[in-house]
Amino acid sequence: MTDATTVLSTTDPRVVRAIELIWREAELLDRKDYTAWNGLYADDGLYIIPIDPHTEDFANTLNMVYDDARMRQMRVTRMIEGYAIAAVDAARTVRTVSRFVPESVADDEVVLRSAQILIAYKRGRHDIWAGDLVHRIRLSEAGEDRIAQKVVRLVDSEEAVPAAGFLL
Amino acid sequence: MTDNTTAPAGLAAGDRVAGRLYTDPDIFDQELTRIFERTWVWVAHESELPGPGTFKSTHVGKQPVIVTRDRKGELRTLLNRCRHRGASICEKPSGKANGFTCPYHAWSYGLNGQLRGIPYPDGYEGVIDKSELSLKKLRTESYGGLVFATFNEDAEPLEEFLGDARLWIDRFMKQGGGYPIKVLGKHQFKFRGNWKIQLENTTDGYHFPIVHRSWMASVDAETADMMSFMTDPAAITHDLGNGHSVMQMVPEHSDLDADDGTEPLQGRFDDLVAELSKTLDEAQVRKLVRAMHGTGFNLNLFPNVSMSSAFFRVLRPVAVDETWIEHVAIGPDGPPEVDAVNRERLRIHEHFQGPFGFGTPDDAEGWDRVQRGAQGAPEMPILVNRGIGRETRSAEGWPTAHVTDETGMRAAYGKWKEMMGDD
Repeated sequence: MTDATTVLSTTDPRVVRAIELIWREAELLDRKDYTAWNGLYADDGLYIIPIDPHTEDFANTLNMVYDDARMRQMRVTRMIEGYAIAAVDAARTVRTVSRFVPESVADDEVVLRSAQILIAYKRGRHDIWAGDLVHRIRLSEAGEDRIAQKVVRLVDSEEAVPAAGFLL
Repeated sequence: MTDNTTAPAGLAAGDRVAGRLYTDPDIFDQELTRIFERTWVWVAHESELPGPGTFKSTHVGKQPVIVTRDRKGELRTLLNRCRHRGASICEKPSGKANGFTCPYHAWSYGLNGQLRGIPYPDGYEGVIDKSELSLKKLRTESYGGLVFATFNEDAEPLEEFLGDARLWIDRFMKQGGGYPIKVLGKHQFKFRGNWKIQLENTTDGYHFPIVHRSWMASVDAETADMMSFMTDPAAITHDLGNGHSVMQMVPEHSDLDADDGTEPLQGRFDDLVAELSKTLDEAQVRKLVRAMHGTGFNLNLFPNVSMSSAFFRVLRPVAVDETWIEHVAIGPDGPPEVDAVNRERLRIHEHFQGPFGFGTPDDAEGWDRVQRGAQGAPEMPILVNRGIGRETRSAEGWPTAHVTDETGMRAAYGKWKEMMGDD
């Protein structure tokens, strides 16, 4: 067992790299630059918004989103092609990702837990989307760090949420 | 009581309804008592209550209820309100229990609603009779695994209310491929609009290629071809009576048992076929795979549930301009080798349904727009007259027109008018 206080610090350069990637992802999503966003994911990466707050078996449960590379690419197309009326008139979003807690840190992978507060504004109304995030970030020597898995657990995942034209 | 000129029933004609039907809070309040508290309302699928002690919380109209399976296995629907001071006695969406104890003063009730215990009962000696203070019970009946409840002691039997819709319920349940149907999970979302906008949508073939263009672009050619019903004269909608209707988008999948073996299985399921073929015979595999997208029709039951292709869509009126929707994913309840089928069905469901699906957010945007637009000139009619000139009768006697026609909406508004005008 390594010393947790030194290894699992948010000042660890490997953790800093992961946090910067997560912040970059958040900004791309708020700007709705979905093509660039998709480029942050590893080829085998998964983007998941589960309904069951406790499950880790995403494949055998119903999720709001369970996207592999194929589904993510189709989703990006849907968001930008101009045919999806929900995406064309999507809310504007501003999100903050913070309260980072490193779950594991290694030279090739960092797992980070964090909190995301998103405000979505559309037609005179602000909706709050609060959730816990878990990012599995794959680090590479070449500096091309990628998201291997992102799980968004909404506080109200088991209740009715608005049908969204944006991504979390 | 309102006078004749403003009576809600007068706002719906056969082929048009006033926009005010979506925006007037008084009409909404009347709908809750005249419709949702008087007719049969869908509350559960039996697979959600698999054994004694299992329960589910839900609503009939705006009133909170608990659906339970009691010790004897009987289905019950109980008002979720303690007889003492009115607290809700259960806030869990589902689970298993021996009974329910109110957290406020610990009055406890059995799974059948009977009041079992009152703490410190001495203050109640000669004051109350426990046998008269059961939880309020709703009549509860089921058909084809679908559980309905009603506050109305005088309502016709459920089977009579469902009438000709029963045949289509029977057909819908065939998508288990020989196994019973079970609930796999559910999406929940809300939109800022009136419940009838959603009721219309499940029997609206006309919007599909326009609103769901981005979904159509994302599916394989075989699936897109299957859903290209706009110009298919065999794709038709029937008015089944009592407000119910069925819209057949893929008529060749209306009865999944009718299979002459000539239809090739979709190439996208090749891996699934290979996996299933390890343990199941060819006929079983074919049955399960042909049903991957559910049945080829949407069955709309008045007032709150539809059976759409491969899922249940349940609506809950919350306010005149707010409606909550559940999209309940279903699949065969079979041995472990069928799990692969259900995994694939979950992915198909996620692709279209739910708050982040490729279809639902576009529907919801359309519904939001109807509510916003209907604020303008509230007496100006909403048109539900498409295809009224080409409506005929089927051999069964059902008013029938093309799948893009508004026959199903006229059926629902006919029942609405009857219930809203019937004193």
